[in-house]
Amino acid sequence: MKQNKALYFVPYTFWLILFVIAPILLIIYQSFFNIHDDFTLENYQTYFQSGTYLKMTLNSFWYAFLITLFTLLISYPTAYLLTKTKHKQLWLLLIILPTWINLLLKAYAFIGIFSMNGTANQFLSFMGIAPQQILFTDASFLFVATYIEIPFMILPIYNALEELNPSLISASYDLGANSWQTFRRVVFPLSLTGVKSGVQAVFIPSLSLFMLTRLIGGNRVITLGTAIEQHFLVTENWGMGSTIGVFLIIAMVLTMLLTGEKKKKGAIR
Amino acid sequence: MKRLALLGGLIAAVCGVLIFANHQLNRAQGITSGNTFSLYNWGDYIDPELITKFEEETGYVVSYETFDSNEAMYTKIKQGGTNYDMAVPSEYMIERMIDENMLEELDHTQIKGLDNIDQQFLDLPFDPDNQYSIPYFWGTLGIIYNDKFVKEGEIQHWEDLWKPAFADSVMLIDGAREIMGLSLNSMGHSLNSKNDAELAAAAEKLDHLTPNVKAIVADEIKMYMIQEESSVAVTFSGEAAEMLYENEHLHYVIPNEGTNLWFDNIVIPNTAKNKEAAYAFINFMLEPENAAQNAEYIGYSTPNEEAVKLMPEEITEDEQFYPSDETMKHMEVYENLGQEYIGIYNDYFLEFKMHRK
Amino acid sequence: MGQKKFKWSNLYLIFVFIVLYLPILYLIFYSFNEGGTMNSFTGFTWEYYQAVFADKRLISIVLNTLLVALLSSLLATIIGTLGAIGIHYVKKRQTRNTLMSFNNVLMVSPDVIIGASFLIMFTFVGFKLGFASVLLSHIAFSIPIVVLMVLPKLQEMNPSMITAARDLGANNLQVLSKIILPSITPGILAGYFMAFTYSLDDFAVTFFVTGNGFSTLSVEIYSRARQGVSLEINALSAIMFLFALILVVGYYFIQQYNMTKKQKSRERERAKVVDLL
Repeated sequence: MKQNKALYFVPYTFWLILFVIAPILLIIYQSFFNIHDDFTLENYQTYFQSGTYLKMTLNSFWYAFLITLFTLLISYPTAYLLTKTKHKQLWLLLIILPTWINLLLKAYAFIGIFSMNGTANQFLSFMGIAPQQILFTDASFLFVATYIEIPFMILPIYNALEELNPSLISASYDLGANSWQTFRRVVFPLSLTGVKSGVQAVFIPSLSLFMLTRLIGGNRVITLGTAIEQHFLVTENWGMGSTIGVFLIIAMVLTMLLTGEKKKKGAIR
Repeated sequence: MKRLALLGGLIAAVCGVLIFANHQLNRAQGITSGNTFSLYNWGDYIDPELITKFEEETGYVVSYETFDSNEAMYTKIKQGGTNYDMAVPSEYMIERMIDENMLEELDHTQIKGLDNIDQQFLDLPFDPDNQYSIPYFWGTLGIIYNDKFVKEGEIQHWEDLWKPAFADSVMLIDGAREIMGLSLNSMGHSLNSKNDAELAAAAEKLDHLTPNVKAIVADEIKMYMIQEESSVAVTFSGEAAEMLYENEHLHYVIPNEGTNLWFDNIVIPNTAKNKEAAYAFINFMLEPENAAQNAEYIGYSTPNEEAVKLMPEEITEDEQFYPSDETMKHMEVYENLGQEYIGIYNDYFLEFKMHRK
Repeated sequence: MGQKKFKWSNLYLIFVFIVLYLPILYLIFYSFNEGGTMNSFTGFTWEYYQAVFADKRLISIVLNTLLVALLSSLLATIIGTLGAIGIHYVKKRQTRNTLMSFNNVLMVSPDVIIGASFLIMFTFVGFKLGFASVLLSHIAFSIPIVVLMVLPKLQEMNPSMITAARDLGANNLQVLSKIILPSITPGILAGYFMAFTYSLDDFAVTFFVTGNGFSTLSVEIYSRARQGVSLEINALSAIMFLFALILVVGYYFIQQYNMTKKQKSRERERAKVVDLL
């Protein structure tokens, strides 16, 4: 019986070794080489000593946090309300559909909408407000990044809410709880697994965003993704690029630990 | 379970249909016939009609692959696993590829029409005697402005970008060499400087530019300027030509104290398989009618003297795109600075990007 | 009060949908622009749609893209689901956490790093670059999201069901197909959709690992950026979007129709049974 179970695991293990562990080792190995191909800790030294990289790391965390927060704030009610609609699965599919349009094209559309003579400003001037500089601000960057990530957050939360046993909710009402109490004590805690996988699916990739930082943020927002991009593609200092990669992996592990399953308390389950 | 199996089967079936359709399509195009010529070029950097014409004239089937940066193209060819018959890198990358023995030495007896190329674009330092490359397009780095917001003559030099009048209204191209270069040029230094003091001073000067910088973007500059998102921008002449075509309020200025002169040249990587086709293509592109047609389609400046004669005068007499010899004298071609200095340029540039107002 | 709340919630959903679809409608609107740019609409034209159908190379790229996306997400879903089941049954919490961290490495790594390291790996083992290498890479970077979507479903599954099934003499395969898979189906479907999305959207990885004669739509769009993305791409996206929309809505209603039919016949049968009793 044990063997049989292991068999299912074989392709996954293969993938893990070939496409995850091998590249990680490669990255760690490379991070110890400087541009002259000397084996050294120089890259790590640079990372900690130059304020630039530390500041960039802080920036990345801050923006990823904000993006995740806004995405969650918008997605949770959406997912919750979706489960209450009549054709819920259809609506869910329609939420995913926009993600199938190329990101660059969507970014271009946003440039058109947010530009000085764009739709958003035309609307503002219609309301009697003078045109604003919308592009290249933190607000527009966060808006578009949130926009891109919303479906990735809605889906897991929706799934968690869908699975919720309705009898638990009616039980809660029967016990005299009002709708807010029911939500806070029953619905929300039970949907937390979905929220966690949503947060992981959004926060982790947000740490290394780079395309949007240039297109919408006009490089006023600099994240670790920008630096990696530069080191791999422009200066070809793969050692330094890999060093930043190592820090991203560490950041990911930390995120996983924070959002991951806690030690089970006896009472639950 | 049944539902999952059904869905899985359905997807597999659709995949089968796709494979079949694609096979049919490729056969219709003749790509599988073996007589292919594989061209590795920037996206949309050749008139598609010329590809058709080339196929009709020579019988080769062109497989057109695209890249979006010199470095990315370099990595692809360097790592192997590909066999492009022809690529179109920029000058500093050509120098580097020559250094690393990645290019095929050209057999000049097989090339017809090299004398159509303007003498001043031949035998340049990055490729002496054109042993490895043939000029395809060339251009400059300059300033583009919108006459709705900026008076004519208000911008003529790099120094003018620092004017307080342009607070929060300058867009820069996202390139370390370009931006560090303009700062160096504005101080009268060479844009290939390897002098640490000069570089530090140039970086310091850039920090004072920050209040004027609206954004640091790449290809999107074109779109932004056409939409009048910003009044001034630093960009390449090729991009500028298209902007001017789209918006009549835009003007392009080459700072005459010096700027970058760039080239995109045709090369044959030594991993090429169909070299015969590559030579046929070089000769095809050297023909004046073809070069002229291509230049009109792309909007960049052609190095083909004979082609220039065939083109409408309003294009070729434009000083900003076919500048006078006097202006050309001050221009510099990027040299391959070596990895260390490329790193330094980029680190300064990264710090400049991080610098907040 | 219930009525009023219902309306407000609908308003919120409508707002979210408007925002989600706004840029897409914008793209589609300008695909008809005679002026050739994505601002200032000058006149209506079908020109770009004709151009799409005339461009055999572009159509071939679209077919490639769809093929890679459909196939890679299918295989990634299979491998990822089995992997998630495996991870779920790992007893030690610490091992499980470690496995999950490894699982997520590819999600946090920027595409450029993934692409470059895959390229090094493929060329190192002498793997020919082209369709197969792209497919493998897409499978590789889609697996983590599938695991991430499936695992919570497994955790919610009632373990007593499996014990019960085993007590009734079900073997492993039966447990998997009758108990586990049905209860995690939503997670699997979500994983498939996410994997499909990842695959369609990927540019950097595909760029690095592709070889001669094979390209996907994203690579094509990005490399066109230097010359400016022409409205032909808008038109193509509009066609693909409408196609996907019809497919999704059509599929949904066919399914609904079948379900109601089944339900009705079931009800009828039940009625008969009741009658008989």
